[in-house]
Amino acid sequence: MSEQPAAVDLVDIWKRFPGVIANAGANLTVRPGTVHAVLGENGAGKTTLMNVLAGVYRPESGSVLIGGHEHAFANPAAAIDAGVVMVHQEFRLIPTFTVAENVALGQSPRILAKRSIEESVGELAERFGLATEPDKEVWQLSMGERQRVEILKALWRDAKVLILDEPTAVLTPDEATELGRIVAAMAADGRSIIFISHKLDEVTAFCDEATVLRGGSTVAASLPVQDIDAGRLAELMVGEATEVSIRRQRTTEIGPAVLSLEGLSVRDDRGVAVVNGVSLTVGAGEIVGIAGVAGNGQRPLADAVAGLQQLEAGAIALSGDDVTTAPPRTRSGAGLAYVPEDRLGVGLAPKLNVVENSILRSYRSLKKGPFIDQGAATAACEGLIDEYNVKVGKLDAPMAGLSGGNLQRLLVGRELADDPIVLIAAQPTRGLDVQGVAAIQEILVDQARSGTGILLISEDLDELLALSDRLLVMHEGSVVAEFDPDDVTRAEVGAAMAGAH
Amino acid sequence: MNETTVIGLLIAVLEFGTLLYLAALGETIAEKSGVLNLGVEGMMAMGGVAAFWAGVETGNPWVALLVGVIAGALFSAIHGVVAVVMGADQVVSGLALTIGGLGLAAFLGQDLVVQAPGARFEATNLGPLNDVPWIGEIVFDQTAVSWIALALGVIAWFVLTRTRVGLILRAVGESASAADSSGTSVVKTRMIAVMIGGALAGMSGAYLTLALAPGWSEGTTAGRGWIAVALVIFGAWQPGRVGLGALLFGGLLALEPRLQTFGVEVSPILLSMLPYLLTVGVLVVLSIRSRHRPSAAPAAIGQAYRREDR
Repeated sequence: MSEQPAAVDLVDIWKRFPGVIANAGANLTVRPGTVHAVLGENGAGKTTLMNVLAGVYRPESGSVLIGGHEHAFANPAAAIDAGVVMVHQEFRLIPTFTVAENVALGQSPRILAKRSIEESVGELAERFGLATEPDKEVWQLSMGERQRVEILKALWRDAKVLILDEPTAVLTPDEATELGRIVAAMAADGRSIIFISHKLDEVTAFCDEATVLRGGSTVAASLPVQDIDAGRLAELMVGEATEVSIRRQRTTEIGPAVLSLEGLSVRDDRGVAVVNGVSLTVGAGEIVGIAGVAGNGQRPLADAVAGLQQLEAGAIALSGDDVTTAPPRTRSGAGLAYVPEDRLGVGLAPKLNVVENSILRSYRSLKKGPFIDQGAATAACEGLIDEYNVKVGKLDAPMAGLSGGNLQRLLVGRELADDPIVLIAAQPTRGLDVQGVAAIQEILVDQARSGTGILLISEDLDELLALSDRLLVMHEGSVVAEFDPDDVTRAEVGAAMAGAH
Repeated sequence: MNETTVIGLLIAVLEFGTLLYLAALGETIAEKSGVLNLGVEGMMAMGGVAAFWAGVETGNPWVALLVGVIAGALFSAIHGVVAVVMGADQVVSGLALTIGGLGLAAFLGQDLVVQAPGARFEATNLGPLNDVPWIGEIVFDQTAVSWIALALGVIAWFVLTRTRVGLILRAVGESASAADSSGTSVVKTRMIAVMIGGALAGMSGAYLTLALAPGWSEGTTAGRGWIAVALVIFGAWQPGRVGLGALLFGGLLALEPRLQTFGVEVSPILLSMLPYLLTVGVLVVLSIRSRHRPSAAPAAIGQAYRREDR
């Protein structure tokens, strides 16, 4: 085994982007047939390094060795030819194509016999225990199913090295467990899997070795995961020991209801009922948590409250005033703030710069005649950056260049800038590193203390148990249970999430 | 209205249908790859003037047709380089192609305006088939170019829906990053699709100046390139439906000069608006339908692709 050349050997990789050094001498060695975790905070350079390995970016210096042979990939096609395939965080699938068409794209017979390709794809899926329907169009699939299509694409190209970039971020707990099984099956088949993640429990459960990146370079290489505890890994990632989660003092005096939902129902674009008669109230200073497996109506519920989703039935009141039919701007003016799940699509405008994104909520009050008062806008932006500890390169650089944690700090800060009465926070800490999670949680707790009612939607049960005053569970569009977070076990909440009574 | 005028009308329907179909089929292929090319009108004019010139020079309609095709393809390559390779705005570049193409064709064709056609396509002679009543006169009285258009439509349908190349082309038009990460070259695929589009627009222009209305004059394309652009949307980017649409829109073009003789009191100007109104109607229907499924339009249309974006 040790005589075999490494499946992947990245040596002293450097890569710069305007204003950022993403990789500063990063190293990575992956043995064949193993699952290798690449860990690091947001902005540690993990994704950049993987994009270098997958031929998306060309490094300024350093070498890429696959199976002992040096390569300089000009494009992803060259990397695929060398057996390296990346499953990106945002899936690169074509919604209007079938599963089989997506899988076989570019690597199919000249003449497409639909049926025979679907059969081959089905056989391949079966070999690795991937449940899928080859003749379905991708837009009809859940996130977990889409990810399996991406993995199938890689296997179809006979990838020897599969890079999974934060693969569990979009998955339900069950789907994540399923993924662990698939990854093990692929490693048993002699393939190497690079597993990028923030979630330490997954790393210890799924991976054989771990490499930790910090500030663009490797701080610990190929640690055997069996012999190391999660706390040590976390320490390596952040460079200092941090408290993993906080336990909040429950609010003792909850004020009058600031948000009331009455029998809210929503249908999605396909006409399917996704929210069914949800009624709830949030009091001033209260954090109401909503738990649930992804896709059980949390997102349309949040969008409906924010005014981004048409209601089928029901009523919404802010501080007692009915806003059921009010447009988003009116709701926002009445004190509703929204941190949406899709930060860079709904919450922020990726191509606008940092200053412009900072004032998306307040620009109407920053007028100078018909123009935006640039001075005031920059001042407002700098205020946010200061208060919420956002790390930015240049203020006039596009928003999309910021790392996940910094995006979220700016977004949360912007939404909280004029002390809202109600905050809807959807998956506010998802995908963030340990420090980022702690920072956002602290902001939420402080905000509740100052009297804002918070509706906290999360898939992180520990976060919900730590922060919520009351915990509601959504299943198939309905609130199916309510718990006191101090007086409930994870198992009880889990059972409710799974739909048991 | 007698039999002769009806037959005359139906012949004209197929003739205008051929003209529109060639250009629209080319545009369909370009748009399927994600490149909107609003330069159809300009490419038609360039193909038309080049083909007419080659006809005068050589006297051979086939050579002339080929020259028209090449002229259209080369002219469209400008759009390819500007919009696909360099990633400039597709709308602006396409409009420039139309305006520039009309102007350039008029300039290059100054001396051709007074020329008699050197070559023209005649109706195919299929012997007894031409004598079949109605069908023989209408369908078999067309030039070979109409048959080529029909064959190209079938080939385009087959390639787009049943082959690897077609799958790649559609993938590039739906999601360039997905196609790219699957190891296909987005720029190369789009460039080829754009030039096929230009070649077919050139053929359409050549058909105009060699068969439909042999001769050259400034403005002879008369906005038909724009109808072809609308037709692509009307046909929901499918070669078959675009073909049916070509017959419908071709019918409207054929009716325009004939309405008076039929004694119908509708202004031909109103009639000439119909293709666009129908297209708007189809867009509305499509958007209602796409509430429940992704739209029929290629998702990446109009978007330049650069890999190192971050």
